[in-house]
Amino acid sequence: MAPVLIIFYILAAFTLATAFLTIYSRNPIHSAIYLVLCFFSIAGHYLLFNAQFLAIVHIIVYSGAIMVLFLFTIMLMNLNKEDEVHKPRITRLGAITVFILLSTALVLIFMYSKPFVGEYYTSHEDFQSIKKLGTVLLDDKDGFMVPFEFASVLLLVAMIGAVLLSKKEKTSK
Amino acid sequence: MENILNQIGIENYIFLSVLLFCIGIFGVLYRRNAIIVFMSIEIMLNAVNLLFIAFATYWQDPKGEVFVFFSMAVAAAEVAVGLALLVSVFRNIGSVDISNLKNLKG
Amino acid sequence: MDNNLVLLLLLTPFVGFLFNVFFGKKAGKSIAGAIGTIAVVVSFAMSLYFFLQLNATGKPVSVTLLDWIQIGKLKVDFGILLDQLSLLWLLFVTGIGSLIHLYSISYMHEDENMHKFFAYLNLFVFFMITLVVGSNLLVMFIGWEGVGLCSYLLIGFWHKNQEYNDAAKKAFIMNRIGDLGFLIGIFILANMFTTLNFVEMKQALSAGTANTTLLGLAALCLFIGATGKSAQLPLYTWLPDAMAGPTPVSALIHAATMVTAGIFMITRMNFLFDLTPEVQNIIAIVGAITALVAASIGLLQNDIKKVLAYSTVSQLGLMFLALGMGAYNVAVFHVITHAFFKACLFLGSGSVIHALHGEQDMRKMGGLRKAMPITFATMLISTLAIAGIFPFAGFWSKDEILMVAFEHNKALWIIGSIASIMTAFYMFRLMYLTFFRDFRGTEEQKHHLHESPSLITLPLIILAALATVGGLINLPGSNWLNHFLEPILAGKHEEHALGSQEYMLMGIALTGAIIGIVWAYAKYIKQGFVPKQDSEIAGVSKTIYNKYYVDEFYTFLIITPLNALSNFFRTTLEPALGGIVYGFGTLANELSNQGKKLQSGSIGLYLFAFVIGVLAIVSYLFLAQ
Repeated sequence: MAPVLIIFYILAAFTLATAFLTIYSRNPIHSAIYLVLCFFSIAGHYLLFNAQFLAIVHIIVYSGAIMVLFLFTIMLMNLNKEDEVHKPRITRLGAITVFILLSTALVLIFMYSKPFVGEYYTSHEDFQSIKKLGTVLLDDKDGFMVPFEFASVLLLVAMIGAVLLSKKEKTSK
Repeated sequence: MENILNQIGIENYIFLSVLLFCIGIFGVLYRRNAIIVFMSIEIMLNAVNLLFIAFATYWQDPKGEVFVFFSMAVAAAEVAVGLALLVSVFRNIGSVDISNLKNLKG
Repeated sequence: MDNNLVLLLLLTPFVGFLFNVFFGKKAGKSIAGAIGTIAVVVSFAMSLYFFLQLNATGKPVSVTLLDWIQIGKLKVDFGILLDQLSLLWLLFVTGIGSLIHLYSISYMHEDENMHKFFAYLNLFVFFMITLVVGSNLLVMFIGWEGVGLCSYLLIGFWHKNQEYNDAAKKAFIMNRIGDLGFLIGIFILANMFTTLNFVEMKQALSAGTANTTLLGLAALCLFIGATGKSAQLPLYTWLPDAMAGPTPVSALIHAATMVTAGIFMITRMNFLFDLTPEVQNIIAIVGAITALVAASIGLLQNDIKKVLAYSTVSQLGLMFLALGMGAYNVAVFHVITHAFFKACLFLGSGSVIHALHGEQDMRKMGGLRKAMPITFATMLISTLAIAGIFPFAGFWSKDEILMVAFEHNKALWIIGSIASIMTAFYMFRLMYLTFFRDFRGTEEQKHHLHESPSLITLPLIILAALATVGGLINLPGSNWLNHFLEPILAGKHEEHALGSQEYMLMGIALTGAIIGIVWAYAKYIKQGFVPKQDSEIAGVSKTIYNKYYVDEFYTFLIITPLNALSNFFRTTLEPALGGIVYGFGTLANELSNQGKKLQSGSIGLYLFAFVIGVLAIVSYLFLAQ
């Protein structure tokens, strides 16, 4: 058993466990914390793939920004004392059924496909260092320059939208 | 350098991704708290991102990672707007229970 | 030139109809009546012109207006044929029509719908002309149907009375039953000859190769049509009820013109009927029996118009008797003389009814001789004519019929003679009860008795004069009518030289008529007998008075089952069918109601459905292959 495989298994288990605990725990704050841990483990997976840039960006964006947003919102709404009422049994049953079905379906799909034999393709070039990533991302001919700019516009719009949506209305009471 | 998948194998990543995705769906359907639903959606997005990176390594192609980059950007924007909406709903209704959002009935 | 005049002849009454329909109310009563009358007078002038032309040249006028139907080998066009027969009919239809229009101007003067009346009358004349001048059976059928329609409209003219509406419906429906027979006859003939034109059919039949059974069937069906239109057994019960219409209508339609359409049709198709002697026998027998039955009913009727109606049926029966023995010219002769005196009788009775402000029961009349001399004189002349007294018109024509009957079938002669004796009796009964002895009505009516205005009495005088001299057209010596109709009638027609047998028969007929008159005189004038009230009539008289309960029989046999059937459809079938149709709507509604539950508004359900959908698509795409 290669050591990388063992690391993979530990990380995978951690990911799945934290993901499950996210949805299972009652307290939203606990869910948020578990989710942060889940993101960290996924960043660990990215590091296994030698995608350093993405790993760091993942941590910054997800754990650093998104989860902070979540936590702010939870605390804004004062939800940590919430006690959720049980959903009707039929819904829970439906959810569990769907979970089983979907996972089975997707796994089966994979299992029925062609099994992979032999060596994995290895191009002996650099394909995922930051330099290469930057070249691909910002190349205006066959890169992703235009989507990059649009993404910035998207973020601007999202920002404006978020500010507008959460503005308090000036009531005339 | 060597493809790390030689040691781990792509099937494992596919299984992991699928399971994570299904956990995300389970969370969406199971919980009634809108915040937790959002979190589950983030789990689903992450599962997909993981798979993209795995296949980027499989094909030795940087385009997979570039897509993850954009996916993250969009996810961030989405969370921002979604949480703003949620705050708005909370101000109007007083709770974030999604079974209270039944105005589209009929 | 001829074309234009023919169109003028045909269309002037129609133009009169249109005028009265659209402008009649605004134009006022006098103008409406004048336009209506002038339209028919123009047609009369045209027919007179063509008659004189035909007399001079001897060639019939044949005009084709339009090509109409062309299906396979069958070709029918809108053609007009003005030959001897149609011109003869045209003359007396338009002539008597004009007189009756003139009469109606005064008679219908107080009615607020006078313009409508003249519109209908003009429409009727138009359709009657179409019937008479048609060059093929189909154009004749158009006229046939049209006069039936106008009869319905005119009988039910005073439509506020439901009984009159029922009478109109009865007339129309019975006519329709006959028309069904007519149509079947037309179909058979069209199938056999691929043409319905009279001239062409005559040529085709003279080749002599047609299937006689089919011909017999066609002839029988055509005769059924004639029984409907001309009120023979068993389709005669509409005619007495049709007296519900105004008196000019009864005079024009149900005495002189429409009811003679059946005889016209059979005379037109004489070449067909000559080839089917069995059908001719049937015609003769039906005619004779109708004459007898109708005369017997007329003996006891108390409504002045009903007596005249039954006498019309009886006289038509005599005409059919003549047709059934192949003596077409004799029947035509009687049609013409009958038109004169029957129209005069009806118009006279109208004058009486008008003077008594609507009273029609003879038991309440009497002694009108002094108050209405012109009416009395003209009606007396016409009654003498219908009874067959020398030298009035009816004597000549009726005698011819009885002579022909005597030669062919003695039994039919006896029946015809008895009918004639009864005719004399009840017609004079009518005269005595109406005009003689003392007035039996109310005091108020007595004070208002006066002779009718000149517009009413003038037609009466003209018609009475015609009834007197009408016999001249076919006196046994000159026989102008027989010669005139020679080109039309294919078969033989012997002229009766006046031998001893003929004189003897004439004597018998005359004696019988005089016996009838004297008997009536004895009963109604010497004895002063007045018929009893309706409730007091009993026994055989009651049966005859109630028209042998034929109407009730028809109701039992036909109307009640039909009503039951339609009731069944209304109460059972229609709700079932309606339920099925509505059921579809209800089903759609229910389905949509169930579907509405999907829109529950719960986001969880929507997400669930979303995931299930994705699952289904994914499994289909990847697993099911």
